[in-house]
Amino acid sequence: MMVDLTTTYLGLTLKNPLVPSSSPLTGHFDDARRLEDAGAAALILPSLFEEELIHEQESLDRFVVMQDIGHHEADSFLPNAHHFESRLDQTLEQIRRYKAALSIPVVASLNGITDSGWVDHAKDLEEAGCDAIELNLYGMNAEPGARSEIIEQRYLHIVQRLVEAVQVPCTVKLSNQFTGLMHFVTALEVNGAAGVSLFNRFYQPDIDLESLQVKPQLSLSSCQETLLRIRWLALLRPQVTFTLAATGGFHGFQDALKALLAGADVVHLCSVLLKGGPEVIQDVLRGMSQWMEDREYQSVQQLKGSLSHQNAVNPVGYERENYMDVLDSYQRSPGVRV
Amino acid sequence: MSDSSVRYVTIDGNEAVAYIAHKTNEVIAIYPITPASPMGEHADAWSAQGRPNIFGSVPQIIEMQSEAGAAGAIHGALQAGTLATTFTASQGLLLMLPNMYKIAGELSPTVFHIAARSVAAQALSIFADHSDVMSARGTGFAMVASNSVQEAHDMALITQSATLRSRVPVLHFFDGFRTSHEVAKIRLVEDATIRALIDTDAVQEHRARALSPDHPVIRGTSQNPDVFFQARETVNPFYDAFPNILQQAMDQFAQCSGRQYSLFDYEGAADAERVIIVMGSAAETVAETVSVLQAQGEKVGVLKPRLYRPFVGQALLAALPASTRAIAVLDRTKEPGAEGEPLYKDVAAAVLEAVCRGDLPFTGVPKVVGGRFGLSSKEFTPGMVCSVFDNLKQSRPQHPFTVGIHDDVSGLSLPWDDTALPASTDGQDTIECLFYGLGSDGTVSANKNSIKIIGECTDLNAQGYFVYDSKKSGAVTVSHLRFGKHPIRSSYLIGDNRAQFVGCHQTVFLEKYDMLKKAAPNAVFVLNTPLAQDQVWASLPRSAQQHILNKNIRLYIIDAYAVAQQSGMGRRINTVMQTVFFAISGVLPKDEAITQIKASVEKTYGRKGRHITRRNFEAIDNTLAALVQVPLPGAVNSTFEIQEVGAGIADDFVRQVTAEIIAGRGDLIPVSQLPADGTYPLSTARIEKRNISLEIPVWDETLCTHCGKCAFVCPHSVIRSKAFPAAAVVDAPATFKHVQIKGKDYPQGTHISYQVAPEDCTGCSLCVDICPIRDKSNASHKAVNMAPIEPLKQQEKLNWEYFLRLPDIDRREVKANTMKGSMLLEPLFEFSGACAGCGETPYIKLASQLFGDRMVVANATGCSSIYGGNLPTTPWAKNADGRGPAWSNSLFEDNAEFGLGIRAAYDQQRIIAEDSLRRLADQLSPGFVDTLLNAPEASEADLYEQRQRVAQLRDRLAELDSPDARQLESVLEALVRKSIWIIGGDGWAYDIGYGGLDHVLASGRDVNILVLDTEVYSNTGGQTSKATPRGAVAKFSASGKPTAKKDLARIAMTYESVYVAHVAYGAKDVHTLHTFLEAEAYPGPSLIIAYAPCIAHGVDMSHNHRQQNLAVDSGHWPLFRFDPRRAAQGINPLKLDSKPPSIDYGEFVKSETRFNMLWNTHPERAEALLNQARAEVMERYERYQQLAALDWDEELQ
Repeated sequence: MMVDLTTTYLGLTLKNPLVPSSSPLTGHFDDARRLEDAGAAALILPSLFEEELIHEQESLDRFVVMQDIGHHEADSFLPNAHHFESRLDQTLEQIRRYKAALSIPVVASLNGITDSGWVDHAKDLEEAGCDAIELNLYGMNAEPGARSEIIEQRYLHIVQRLVEAVQVPCTVKLSNQFTGLMHFVTALEVNGAAGVSLFNRFYQPDIDLESLQVKPQLSLSSCQETLLRIRWLALLRPQVTFTLAATGGFHGFQDALKALLAGADVVHLCSVLLKGGPEVIQDVLRGMSQWMEDREYQSVQQLKGSLSHQNAVNPVGYERENYMDVLDSYQRSPGVRV
Repeated sequence: MSDSSVRYVTIDGNEAVAYIAHKTNEVIAIYPITPASPMGEHADAWSAQGRPNIFGSVPQIIEMQSEAGAAGAIHGALQAGTLATTFTASQGLLLMLPNMYKIAGELSPTVFHIAARSVAAQALSIFADHSDVMSARGTGFAMVASNSVQEAHDMALITQSATLRSRVPVLHFFDGFRTSHEVAKIRLVEDATIRALIDTDAVQEHRARALSPDHPVIRGTSQNPDVFFQARETVNPFYDAFPNILQQAMDQFAQCSGRQYSLFDYEGAADAERVIIVMGSAAETVAETVSVLQAQGEKVGVLKPRLYRPFVGQALLAALPASTRAIAVLDRTKEPGAEGEPLYKDVAAAVLEAVCRGDLPFTGVPKVVGGRFGLSSKEFTPGMVCSVFDNLKQSRPQHPFTVGIHDDVSGLSLPWDDTALPASTDGQDTIECLFYGLGSDGTVSANKNSIKIIGECTDLNAQGYFVYDSKKSGAVTVSHLRFGKHPIRSSYLIGDNRAQFVGCHQTVFLEKYDMLKKAAPNAVFVLNTPLAQDQVWASLPRSAQQHILNKNIRLYIIDAYAVAQQSGMGRRINTVMQTVFFAISGVLPKDEAITQIKASVEKTYGRKGRHITRRNFEAIDNTLAALVQVPLPGAVNSTFEIQEVGAGIADDFVRQVTAEIIAGRGDLIPVSQLPADGTYPLSTARIEKRNISLEIPVWDETLCTHCGKCAFVCPHSVIRSKAFPAAAVVDAPATFKHVQIKGKDYPQGTHISYQVAPEDCTGCSLCVDICPIRDKSNASHKAVNMAPIEPLKQQEKLNWEYFLRLPDIDRREVKANTMKGSMLLEPLFEFSGACAGCGETPYIKLASQLFGDRMVVANATGCSSIYGGNLPTTPWAKNADGRGPAWSNSLFEDNAEFGLGIRAAYDQQRIIAEDSLRRLADQLSPGFVDTLLNAPEASEADLYEQRQRVAQLRDRLAELDSPDARQLESVLEALVRKSIWIIGGDGWAYDIGYGGLDHVLASGRDVNILVLDTEVYSNTGGQTSKATPRGAVAKFSASGKPTAKKDLARIAMTYESVYVAHVAYGAKDVHTLHTFLEAEAYPGPSLIIAYAPCIAHGVDMSHNHRQQNLAVDSGHWPLFRFDPRRAAQGINPLKLDSKPPSIDYGEFVKSETRFNMLWNTHPERAEALLNQARAEVMERYERYQQLAALDWDEELQ
């Protein structure tokens, strides 16, 4: 018996729950085709960073458009590019090209820094034909006066404005750095988000001991990172109805199954594909199917959330830190009278 | 709005000409030269965009290695039957002359478009005159002049039409800068008109004459005395026919466009008695003046010859009124020794011929006089025109004469009075506006944009002309804008009391320039100042206050930098000041103007630049809120005046000439005060004190380890170190810092000071960037740190003056092969006008420190010759003994040969001196002579001793009375070893001067060649050279250079007798230092190829060192030294001094706009070129590695 791997993601029906997340792999057309051929159910494009667009605009403005340097022999140094494709143009063209060539949903990813940037670029992405938009909603917010509720309100406001501005579903890729994550995620749903991805991984600064310079680092994920995600998927599943996506450290079919059991609708893959190539998706799908067949699961739908906080045999395991487990062993069974 | 059937554009002369040339040609060979370069740049950019000509093909653009090469390529293209053209000026045209004789001799139709410019004589000049085009009179090219942007546009087509029909090639010329760079509103020639004028039959006939193996002929034969002469005469009928053909083209053009030209256009009174004949933009000024004088009843006129060669004297005379009694012929050129300049002599001959023929079309024989004017863009004003007409009133008019200068040597100059008649005579509706800005503050681009807005959105005519000073950093720009209902014909700058609007975009300029002298009565004056309304009046110099009150000037202020900052625009004030102009100038209704500025911003940036658009909009709105009119007090109360540059300068020449030029009064310097042979003193840059930096470095003597790196990298020699006995510090200013020098090389009690020249700093911050020492508790604090200048300026001025007075270290005591030691040597290259953060100047400065007191420099034309030798001042300096680098610039193309000549001269003089010494040995003492002849000259101590001996010799020779003694006196300086340096950029070394460079490398002579490799022609604005890397976008490579950078070093190494090195001082400074020492010590040719980041790379120069590191680490710029002395010792001469590439080449490429903009324009091509280049750098490094690993002993066997 073939198990039914279909799932729903941001209102879209996907043939399976494996969705390659934003990475250089999804940015190359040939790799994107290989991902689709290998069984990817959708893909998320590399993020459009408003900060990069601004930097690009400022660089081109300074070095190409407005080259006032002021001496008689040269009023410029670089040829004025009359027709140039900005990074935005290239991303939009990429969406059009992917949509024309691929049959799976194409999800754009956006990271804004200004209110108008978020909205304008989301409209651009929608106009280019993407099926959904993943919002990279984060900031360091390291200013001493940046209070949590103000930051969260700002995020919610952005989501609200975006949802009003575009018709395609918007999902939010979240950092785990929220004090009241449960409250915030439920608020996102109330404000119109179609889902959340748990959790984003960030560049982290490192110190070079030779130069005493601070340099950003990004390493590939490890499976160990999935545990935090699984916990929150399980905790969130009973509280929200919108899409939950698992991202960060999901490499093998076992990781994917755990995410689904905890309550994820889809599982994003990245590092494993960068290391093993698009064809890894086939292995994960095979492993998942085999495991489900072996245990007579009929569908992913059946499986999803079956170990959520609501449905788990010992939900308290999602709530407590490890040292509490030791204390638990001193408690009697509920049915034992004194 | 304008007539809708006519398309108006607001463009400059270069673009106007290139537009037609690109539409009507198939092959365009180009080479950069000011002021013609933009024509090639436009053509290249249009072809890169795929813009077709009227025949439907995209013209092929070929950049050549020189103008001689361009002319050769055009010659070939013409011979093979294509339509081909080129653009050039000045020396470029001179390099084309041999081919032009050939092209004309073979009756090949083409038009060369020339932005006429002075030919270098006593000095180079990039500005306009006709000395270049007049040098081409003998080539056989027809010569046609245009006098304005519109005419240049039209005549480009008319000449193209005429050359095809006549087979006579044409040199179409117009004035450099005045026309080539003047922005004007013109009517665009439509494609239909172009097609109508291009005779397709003539094109077919041209093609049919092509060299082809299908119908072969030979052309370009060698002829003997028997037939050459006759063959030369065969072309006469073509030249006889040309004037009519040209006139027919002019007539046909008139039918299509409504603009009629004639071979000789006359304007003025029909009964004129006095007439000026003149070509070029000056003709417009004369015509404008004539119209006013005519209205005043004067019988005057102007004749504008369009066709100069073939010269049709009869037609010229026929175009003049029969009433003509006196003719002044004005030539914008000088032929020293001639009894008159070319046009004058042609006109005089025409009159004489007519007299002889008996068909003189006048009532009597007119007086004909000739005069020179306008050399090197010297102003030519209506007042000067009046002066020329006044001369013609005399019973014996002065001849020859000059006008526009004060010639107190030959007495040739006519006096003139610029107040004699209104400077702008187009009618009172013309609005004249002046803007004083900084080169980098966006003033010029904002003004160009304003002209476009006004030109394209209104019926007004518009003109813009932009004047720059000679500096590359902190250059002052003055924009001259005119708007009016009548055509604007004023081809001169806005004069005194004329400007209805004066904008001062930098507060400091008010203390330097008497700009309100230019303001008209009731003018508007806008000052960018951070001061509040009630503080501004007192901040103005007395003369400015006086002008404001006397002329009832309305004073407005705005804090443009604050508005820009508030709007996220950083230090770009262009949008702010443009908004101010429109808000209060009244040229356009304010609301309409603001709408148009915003529309223009949107057009520029569109969706791709939404962020920038928003910021500009914000700036526009914020500007309107921040603009304030200042109520005027009734009286002058300022306590200061405009600064006098010359005050306190002892040297008469520097005070009377150099300082006057700095003060902007160079036009008033009489002939007698200028050197007749172009020789000027050193050490003058130090008097300019340009004060362009907002921050200066501050030395933290408690942290500093005295490594010398900051002084090493300073591009302007602003931060210096000096070591001196502590006891020498007497009466020092309280804030003067000095500490015991670290290290064992210096005795206890030796102090060191690192001092900054605060008024000469450009604020580039590279000294801070390179400083390796950080505060252990605060890593952001280094041993040198930038700080705002204002609180420090006065104290640091005193400290600097004190520092200069301290004794310099004895050069014999210095370990010059250490960074610390070499940086204690006085730089003899200081405070140049190079860009802030320049990557070239640290190399030159280093050479001046190590060898400056015995250095002779041959400098190729380019950036280094401009910041090194552009008046008013020079950064080359003398030391306390009066010694220093002697410097000269010959040409662009011949620098290696020029330097070799200097070497040969010194070698010869040494031989003469040695021979004389030997002959005088008995009289001078044989032992003394022997020492003089054989003493070593390797170290500073050796050189010191030899100089002492030469001084002794001089004294002893004075006592001898013999021809040998006198001869020896004249050459005895050659007995001290001279260090000959041949310095230039990659354009010279890789391209135009390569043949000579190669020859000098092969010569074996002891010269040191320093190639400052910016990988583009930096001085002319970033055109591609053969040093440009693959994939880089540069002018003439708008779609990325498709070929690899030439490996000049490897070519030079093949001689095996040349010292060759690659250096990058920002990546490995000690390596650079050692290389310079080794190269100079090598007794043969040395070639140092020095990586020099440049603003043309599209990266902020504060990252100069980072870029050098990236270049080295990525393999783009491997470091190595090839020393033939090692080979002689059986050691491999090549030593690779940088490690294998440790970062991806793409990382380097993506850090610079010159590369990464290709991803915006041609992404796939960019990727492909990157991949190729990436492979190449790896392969090159491996090749060098293999060469360096060869066992040289075995190789020899």
